[in-house]
Parts: sequence; C-alpha cells; structure tokens
Amino acid sequence: MWRIHSALWCWALVWMWTAASVEGKEIQLLNVSYDATRELYNEVNVAFAKHWNERTGDTVLIRQSHGGSAKQARSVMEGLPADVVTLALAYDIDAVSKNSKLLPADWQQRLPENASPYTSVIVFLVRRGNPKAIHDWSDLVRPGVAVITPNPKTSGGARWNYLAAWAYALETLGGDETKAKEFVARLYRNVPVLDTGARGAATTFVQRGIGDVLIAWENEARLALREFGADRFELVMPPLTILAEPPVAWVDRVVKRRGTEEVAKAYLEFLYTPEGQEIAGRNFFRPRRPEVAARFADQFPVVRWVTIDGVFGGWAKAQPTHFGEGGVFDQIQAVGR
Amino acid sequence: MPGFGLTMGYTLFYLSVIVLIPLAGLFLRVLGMTWSEFWGMAMSPRAMAAYRLTFGASFVAAVINVVFGTLTAWVLVRYSFPGKRFLDALVDFPFALPTAVAGLTLSSLFAPNGWLGQVLVPMGIHVAYTPLGVTLALTFIGLPFVVRTLQPVLEQLERETEEAAATLGAGRLRTFVSVVAPTLFPAALTGFALAFARAIGEYGSVIFISSGRQFESEIAPMVIVIRLDEFNTNGALAIAVVMLVASFTMLGVINVLERWVSRYQH
Amino acid sequence: MAGNTPRRVRESHRKSQRGAEETPLVKWLLVGTAGLFLLVFLLLPLVNVFAQALGKGLGAYFKALEHPDTLSSIRLTLLTAAICVPLNVVFGVCAAWAVAKFEFRGKALLITLIDLPFSVSPVVAGLVYVVVFGLQGYLGPWLADRDLQVIFAVPGIVLATLFVTFPFVARELIPVMQATGTDQEQAAMTLGASGWQTFWRVTLPSVKWGLLYGVILCNARAMGEFGAVSVVSGHITGLTDTMPLRVEKLYISYDSTGAFAVASLLALLALVTLVAKTWLEWRQERQFEAAQHVETSTSRDEGTGPT
Repeated sequence: MWRIHSALWCWALVWMWTAASVEGKEIQLLNVSYDATRELYNEVNVAFAKHWNERTGDTVLIRQSHGGSAKQARSVMEGLPADVVTLALAYDIDAVSKNSKLLPADWQQRLPENASPYTSVIVFLVRRGNPKAIHDWSDLVRPGVAVITPNPKTSGGARWNYLAAWAYALETLGGDETKAKEFVARLYRNVPVLDTGARGAATTFVQRGIGDVLIAWENEARLALREFGADRFELVMPPLTILAEPPVAWVDRVVKRRGTEEVAKAYLEFLYTPEGQEIAGRNFFRPRRPEVAARFADQFPVVRWVTIDGVFGGWAKAQPTHFGEGGVFDQIQAVGR
Repeated sequence: MPGFGLTMGYTLFYLSVIVLIPLAGLFLRVLGMTWSEFWGMAMSPRAMAAYRLTFGASFVAAVINVVFGTLTAWVLVRYSFPGKRFLDALVDFPFALPTAVAGLTLSSLFAPNGWLGQVLVPMGIHVAYTPLGVTLALTFIGLPFVVRTLQPVLEQLERETEEAAATLGAGRLRTFVSVVAPTLFPAALTGFALAFARAIGEYGSVIFISSGRQFESEIAPMVIVIRLDEFNTNGALAIAVVMLVASFTMLGVINVLERWVSRYQH
Repeated sequence: MAGNTPRRVRESHRKSQRGAEETPLVKWLLVGTAGLFLLVFLLLPLVNVFAQALGKGLGAYFKALEHPDTLSSIRLTLLTAAICVPLNVVFGVCAAWAVAKFEFRGKALLITLIDLPFSVSPVVAGLVYVVVFGLQGYLGPWLADRDLQVIFAVPGIVLATLFVTFPFVARELIPVMQATGTDQEQAAMTLGASGWQTFWRVTLPSVKWGLLYGVILCNARAMGEFGAVSVVSGHITGLTDTMPLRVEKLYISYDSTGAFAVASLLALLALVTLVAKTWLEWRQERQFEAAQHVETSTSRDEGTGPT
C-alpha cells in the first residue's frame, strides 16, 4: 500500500505548490483587449507596474486576454471579469454597456479624445515585390487575388477593413449604396479564410502563406514586417483609408466589486502620459499627443482618411446596418456561395 | 456484497452532474428553437461543407488506418524482430500525445520548410493547410485504435486452420484472403468504427494543420467554435446536435460490433 | 475501447509453424514497411518537436520555459490534473464496484452512458458548459449575482476536463473487477471483515494495476486536453491558459521556439505515459504467467493478486 500513500503525497505536493502560487498580496487587473495589442500592452503593463509602484508602493500585476474585439466584448458579457476593456472600436464597449449594464452609457466621455489614447489606420500587407500589383482597394476585387481579412462578426479590425472598402466604393462609384455593396461582396468572394481575429488572419497570411494581400491594422502590418523582415513582405498604403480609434474603459461593476477602481483608472490614464504615448508609438500605434507623434513622423506617413462619424454616421448606425443579424455582411455572405 | 446503494448512487449522481444534466441542458436549449430555425443553421451551406470534410476525411483516415493498422498488428503479433517492443509501445504514441502538440508538429513537418515538406512541396504535394493535411492528422490520431483492436484477435487466431489450408495446397496469399481475412473482418470493422468515431470529433490537431478556408478546410467542430465566437450560440448548438447524433450513432454501432467480435472469438 | 483497454495477456502460438509462415523475403518486406511507416508517421513527429524546441539552443529553450506565463500554465495544468484524476478515480472505483459486483437491470445502458464522453467531440463538451454556466445560459445570472465564476475560470476548466476524462478509470477497472469476481470479498467477509476493510485489503490490491493504468491514461488526457478547455477558458494569459492553450497562444504570437518548448514538455509527458503503460503491461504479463504457473503446480485456493 505504500505506493498509494506516496501517490497521495505527490498530489499533496502539487496542491501545495499550486495553492501557494494562487494567493499573493499584489493587486491584479484583467485587461480584456483585442488582437493587435499584445505587444503594446506587454510593454505598457511593465511600465505601469513600475510607475504605480513608485507612486503608491503597491505591486500591480496586469493580466491580458486577447482575441477578436467583438468576441472579447461578448466574453465580458458572458462573465469574463475584466477590470478594463481596451477594444478595437467603441461599439463593442457600447454593447457591453447596453447588454450587461457593467458600465454606464457615457463611458466614452470619461477619458479624453473619445477615450481613445491612440489611433491607427488600415493598410495592406503584400508579399515581397508585390507580385499581384496591389495598390488600391480596386485591386482587391480582381479575380484571382486572394484577400485575407478576419471575420467582421468577431473582429474589430475586420469591421474597420470592411468599412474602409465600403467608403472607397462609395467615393469612387458615385455614392451608390447598391454598387458599394456589390463591390464589397466581390471583395469578400476573394477571401478564402475568415479568421476570428486580426492576429489569426495575420498568422494565416504570414505563417501559413495563404493569400496575396492581408488587410490589416497599420501596427499589425508593421509588427509583421519587424518580426519577419522586409525581405518577405511589403507594406502598401492605400490612397484612401479609415481612421480607427480603439477606445478604452474601466468596467465599473467589476472594479467596484474587486476594489480596483483607482488603479484601473490610473492604468488607463497612464496611456495618455508622454511615457504611455511613447510606448504606443514604439508599437506602431499613432500617438495622440502632437509632440510624441512628431517624433514618430517618418514612421506614420500622412494619408487621406475618412472617419466612421463622417461617412457612416457613427457606430450606433453602422453596426446594425452592416454587421447586425441579417445586416449587409450577412446578405453578402448568403449570396456569396 | 455490501455497498451497492452507495456506489450505484454515487455513480449515477456523478454521471448526471458531469455528463447527463449538462448534455440535457444543451438539448433543452435546442428544443427552444423552431424547427426551420434549427434546420437552417444545422444545414447551412458552410456547415454542410464542414460535414462533408469531417466525415469524408474521417472515413479516408479510418480506411488508411485499417490498411496500415492491420499490417502493423500482423507484424507485431506474428514476427519477432529487433526493436519490436519499441514499435509496439510507439503505436500508442498518438493516444498519449496531446492533440495540440500533434497538430503543431505535423504542420511544421509538412510546412514548405519542414523536414517532409522540403521534399514533398517541390513535388507538388501540399499537405500542410490543405484537406490532405486534415486527413493526415485524423489518420495520426486514429491509428492506435485499429492496431489495439486487431492485436488480441490476431493473437487468438487458430494457427491450425491456416496450416490446414496450407496442407491443402493453398498459397500464403490465398490462405490470408480466404482464411485469415474473414476472421479479422469484424475486428477490423470495429477498429475502423473506433478510429472513425474518434476522428469526427477531433479538433486540437486539426486547427493547426487546417488552413481554415471556408467550404474547403473547415471541419464541423471548427464551425462550432466560429459560431460560438460570433456569439451565435444557437448556430453552434445546431451543429453540435448534429455532431452529437452522429457520435451517439457511432457509439451504438461500436457496441453492436464489439458484441459481434466477442461472439466471433468464442 | 482500443488503446485504453489493457491488452489481453499475450498467448503466443509458438507451436508448429509449417506451411503457415511467409517466406523470409515477404516477412522482412512486411516488417520493413510497417517499421518504416511507424517511424516516419509516429517517431518523426516526436523527434521534430524536440528538434524545433532545441533548434535555437538550450539557452533559448530554457528561457522560453522560464517565462512566468508558461510557468503559470504548467501550474494550472498540474492543478487541473490533480483535481480531475482523484475525482475520476473515486467515480471509477464506485462505478466498477456497482457494475462488476452486482447484477441489475439497465447495466448495459449504464456502461454505454459511461462511455458517452469518449464519443462526444471535445468542442461540444466545452460548449455544453457554456450553455449551462454562461451569463446568457441557465445558471450564469444566478452565479454572477453571487460573484461565482465558473466558465472563464479554473472551475470551468476543471469541469470540461472532467467531462472528457470521465470514462478512463471506470473503463479500465470494470473488466478487471469483473474478472476477479466476488469470491475473495465474500471469503473475507465470512471471516468477519467489514465492507471497508474488505475493499481496502482485498479488492483494491487485486485491481491496483488496472487502477494505475486508468490513472495514467486519465492523467495524460487531463493534462493534454485542448478542445474542451479552449472553449471554456477565456484565454486570460497567466491565469486560465493551460499548457496546450499556451502552445497555441505562443504559436500565434509568432513565437515558434516557445510553442515547441511547451509542446516538448507535453511530448515528454506522452513518453512517460508510454513507458509507464509498457511497464504495467509487462508486469501484468509476468503476473499472469506466474499465476498460471501457481495454478498448474500447486493447489487452487491461492489468491490471484499477490500484493
């Protein structure tokens, strides 16, 4: 019987090790974010922990969860206990606020700049030498061009991609909604893989070698260039793009329950400080502070962009029209095959 | 004997809490849908394409496994050769290896710069990120089931009948086809069913090696996860129910087959 | 089910082989084909895991493993197995006792139900718990009001793992207990032993190898489960990532060395499982041979399971 006893001892040891690691005096925050911010928040979290420790003497440990923005928002609604949400677009946080009452409807007024500490634009990533000669949105609907973009139902980046294509079509096809829809439908017929998040789409394009062009966040594209080298990929800036404003918010009900309100707010405010802005720029997000943005000027070429409010009348209107149940995207998918 | 009430009670309690009640919850949710709603989601073109790949690739994988599994079992039971014990133990490797690791290493082996991909890709054989890769992963995870079903049957096979056939002048191949094969058939079929049943539910190994192209490289569990990520829970449930019905059917078929095999053996 | 049924003890027919034997050429051709197939198809993937993990040197390998998030995923995986294996052992022993020692109606149905999780897709297994415990599900709102977190936390991961590893121990124990019968227990009780004493002193020792076998397989699956856990985890880095989930996360973070480093630990686990399994089978075989020897040479009233 000694074997059974020694087995029991082993279990006890595993238990003690795991249990010992669970407790700890530090403050923990959970930041539920979208796909393209993995590297950004890795760096922000270290810097903020240091900053907070210097200010208060407490240690803070920030946990991350990443995925497609809509998917993440819905996980929060399903009960993922996020102290802060840092998502790809305002509608996803609106949805959390509306459906679960976890935070007030006016969350976007609580922090400066529409609660978006950094911005980005949508660009193309193509294979080296641009073999399919892709320079503009019209090149994406040509037959034989395989386009990689994630699923707008789950990914925030994918919705910016879609809307940028739509805005281009509206402008070049004389503002005709039917023609724009036809254009976007043709584009999505060229999409072989709809990943759930921007990172999954980038993996499909970069590591699995599928597709001729990846529609991506500027930061995601530049990151892929840095990680895999400019000898394999090229960045193409389309003549017209959309300005993406990824917003941040603390989740009132969670922070009140867990007593983390103060540190959660400080964490988000940190993103607006020169240090936070500097980190954003280093991770290829366009900083809001002009003096920081100036330092990264050569990294972020000036480009003509539209905004969600300008062309689509804001997310509250664009989301149900295009991405809701039975919306334009569903119609496109249904007739696509 | 004491303890029937206690053990039976606990068995039923645990079975209900972990398996039956949650599964019933799932079916209850589905019953809340209208029939046309359910049917539309369960049989959408994308789901249909995924079923085709799931069942088709699982079928092909199980066939490959029967061929190579029979060969392997035969070699392991009938012959002695150096390294036999090692190969015998190796057969269980796919069973012991976490599926995510299997998918990761297979996709890296067959990627254009992988050990096997380097050779195959220039020959025009693309395995990684194609339906072929999905089939390969399903073959990998199914192999032990066929070998381990056939081994005991082969071990109990009466050598005398084979010898009698040989005495009557039958060649070795002829003996195998007309004497050995019919005896092995029920076990081979059971092995096939087990490998097939295992393959249709597989997820972990496939997601690494599948390209995820809709209508081409998507298996049914992947569509369930995608629907879930879209928070189209009903859509996920509809496909899940189809898969559950398929698994229950396979479970029934396997039960019948196993009874058949044991009757055959005695 | 094959693969997890203890191999029936070998009874090789080494008797006459005249005429019923392939020519050496055919034999070696078959052995060569099967051997090559197994080596390329099974061994190469294994070697590849370690080659990729160690490709950038030992330093990079250990650096990848020392990452705090990787360590926490190892911890979570161990914790999950440490909870799931004992629970399934208790269940397996109970189920095997009820099924093997008693006759009752619906026995076949019960065994089929115990097998059920084997045939359910892991993804569906995870989905089932989302439906029950999600905030949009049956119990979610009630749990949320009481600040109880099930899915997207450790309890959900444990539940999903319990589901997929559910039959392993029971499946191994039922045939073993059926084979040993009830004679010894009845003898012990006639001699005045209580039910518990009989169980601890007689039943458990006689099935301990089958039990260990089930534990090994259950543990391997508990530590390696991907699909079911992936659905309920919430993927919080450093908190709800198990080792297989960590492998995937590192892979899509463009960190191939890290992914393979964690994968190599899991492959190592598989190897340990295989060695333990082979060793157990070898022991069982020897025990069986010894028992047969005893049975034929000495009187019959000796117990089958030497402790």
